[in-house]
Amino acid sequence: MAIRIYVPRETTALALGADEVVARIEAEAARRNTTIELVRNGSRGLFWLEPLVEVETAAGRIAYGPVAPEDVAQLVEDGLFDGSEQSALCQGSVESIPYLKAQQRLTFSRIGVTDPLSLDDYRAHEGFRGLERALSLTPQAIVDEVKASGLRGRGGAAFPTGIKWQTVLDAPVAQGREQKYIVCNADEGDSGTFADRLVMECDPYLLIEGMVIAGLAVGATQGYIYLRSEYPLAHEIFNEAIARAEAAGYLGRDILGSGKRFDLEVRLGAGAYICGEETSLLESLEGKRGMVRFKPPLPALEGLFGQPTVVNNVLSLAAVPFILCHGAAAYADYGMGRSRGTMPLQLAGNVERGGLVELAFGVTLRELMETFGGGTASKRPLRAVQVGGPLGAYLPESQWDLPLDYEAFAEVGAVLGHGGVVMFDDTVDMAEQARFAMEFCAVESCGKCTPCRIGAVRGVEVIDRIRQGENRSANLELLGDLCDTMVDGSLCALGGMTPFPVQSVMKHFPQDFESNVFQPQDPHSGAMSAAREEA
Amino acid sequence: MLNRQFFPWTPQLLQELIDALKHKPGALLPILHAIQDRCGYVPHEAVPLIADSLQLTRAEVHGVISFYHHFRTTPPGRHVLQVCRAEACQARGARELEQHVKQTLGVDYHQTTADQEISLEPVYCLGTCTCGPSVRIGDRIIGRVTPERFDQLVAEMTTQVLEVS
Repeated sequence: MAIRIYVPRETTALALGADEVVARIEAEAARRNTTIELVRNGSRGLFWLEPLVEVETAAGRIAYGPVAPEDVAQLVEDGLFDGSEQSALCQGSVESIPYLKAQQRLTFSRIGVTDPLSLDDYRAHEGFRGLERALSLTPQAIVDEVKASGLRGRGGAAFPTGIKWQTVLDAPVAQGREQKYIVCNADEGDSGTFADRLVMECDPYLLIEGMVIAGLAVGATQGYIYLRSEYPLAHEIFNEAIARAEAAGYLGRDILGSGKRFDLEVRLGAGAYICGEETSLLESLEGKRGMVRFKPPLPALEGLFGQPTVVNNVLSLAAVPFILCHGAAAYADYGMGRSRGTMPLQLAGNVERGGLVELAFGVTLRELMETFGGGTASKRPLRAVQVGGPLGAYLPESQWDLPLDYEAFAEVGAVLGHGGVVMFDDTVDMAEQARFAMEFCAVESCGKCTPCRIGAVRGVEVIDRIRQGENRSANLELLGDLCDTMVDGSLCALGGMTPFPVQSVMKHFPQDFESNVFQPQDPHSGAMSAAREEA
Repeated sequence: MLNRQFFPWTPQLLQELIDALKHKPGALLPILHAIQDRCGYVPHEAVPLIADSLQLTRAEVHGVISFYHHFRTTPPGRHVLQVCRAEACQARGARELEQHVKQTLGVDYHQTTADQEISLEPVYCLGTCTCGPSVRIGDRIIGRVTPERFDQLVAEMTTQVLEVS
């Protein structure tokens, strides 16, 4: 019987040489006349172990990692094909790796386990059961189930998903314009996040199932996934998944013989961070510049092409099949306070054990970074952590005991966002990080509102002056004012939240603004620019 | 395998690409992607063709092309190299890599090396945030790119690889 070996086909694994590992394993097998069946599974999300090779044995799947291409010959010599635990790279049974075992994987229960494109695998692991149940329910009953689960939007805004769906379900449609839409926001632009990508590469039918259920719930027959162009592999895998799901009757004009219709199409973004903002995303889907819209009208009432539209993040839609399959209570059992269920957290940056950690809300940031993350990759002391993407605050050690909960974070001016946790060691220059926040906003601003478009450019300039020691206290005050203006006056979260990382640096790492990184060339330049500012 | 094969554009090719997609709702981005995927960039001669086909003004089409960082209006080098500038990569040495890349190639972002081999672009996150610094060459994403590793990649890109089966 062929020996079954798993090597992920997922971007991080590939970025670390997974294809080369596969080629060498196949060559070794051929050389030894060993018959193997090589499965390209998804990643388990244990990225520090990628490429993670698994071998199926009578005692379950045995894991080896990280396997560099040049390790393969020795690994095979040490008994890879027998599932031998002799190799130093052997991690034992994959299920018993503590990082994985300690998680509560509801949404990500299948990643890494299955061949992402195999419908049989998907069905064998509870796939489409949520959809089957949804087909037996009325639209209102589906919406009620999602409401009862307490699911809140996982894109960052944390708006209750069920309430959004209710609005779209109840939305009146004009005569002759009956179309409603489900739009999935897969424009995962936050640095330090990759959970959406993992869903699309490693368990694409999960998102398809979630979107079909959403369509049934609100009466939408067309879905779009707006995927960022930086994810070429997700694009390829997901398009293939759509074709297979369609051929098998899970999409199209007659879903599982129910007479219900739902069509799905992936649309690629084009490198604009702002298109992760829902109204900008809708403009982009309509073929326009990704300019933010005024709200109201809410997209739920007048969204894509002016029609009622559900806009949900990948992770929100991917949580839905579990809720429908196991019931709202099973999901709501996890979590704390008003943050129900699980949150797929993403440990990134300078971290020893980076990866996907799906946990019930409530675990502390420190526990996440220490127990799971294992501290910094550089082995230097951890200094700051940015949670929630480029618009999230930098948290100092005094805030690491915060529980991961939307409200607890909001209380200290921080955001959980999309669950990205980016760790920095003590070599980080926080003033540089603050400057980058403004610089990023200047690059990515859609330009519609002045506080964001002009404020970000001025923000970079004033931080440069502070770092050059020009009239420091006056410029710091100016920076504070500028941040307030952007927070209060911007149209959307880009301009409105760009100050969060800046303000957090001013508050918690003020010494980094004090140090003279660049000595001023001209002692009078400070006075000059202050005078310019007055003018 | 590192670079895509691009086709020289002709008005016929552009019109074919447009016609294949113009029926779609919100067809402009899919059309621009199709053109850039095939030709390597969106030539300005495409603008009036697209505008006519979608009943838009040239200004509207131009405005969309210029809004999105992804679309280029000049031919790229043989390889498009994107270097991630975002925070998770910064935490792992992206700033040093960025300096090294610019120095090695002798170009800044949005420029192409004099030998037309490599176009350098910034990118804000490739989603491989645990193994930065990350770069993308064509559709291939590579992690843990030290300056030394980068030099290897440049050597791979600029050396004609003979396929030996």
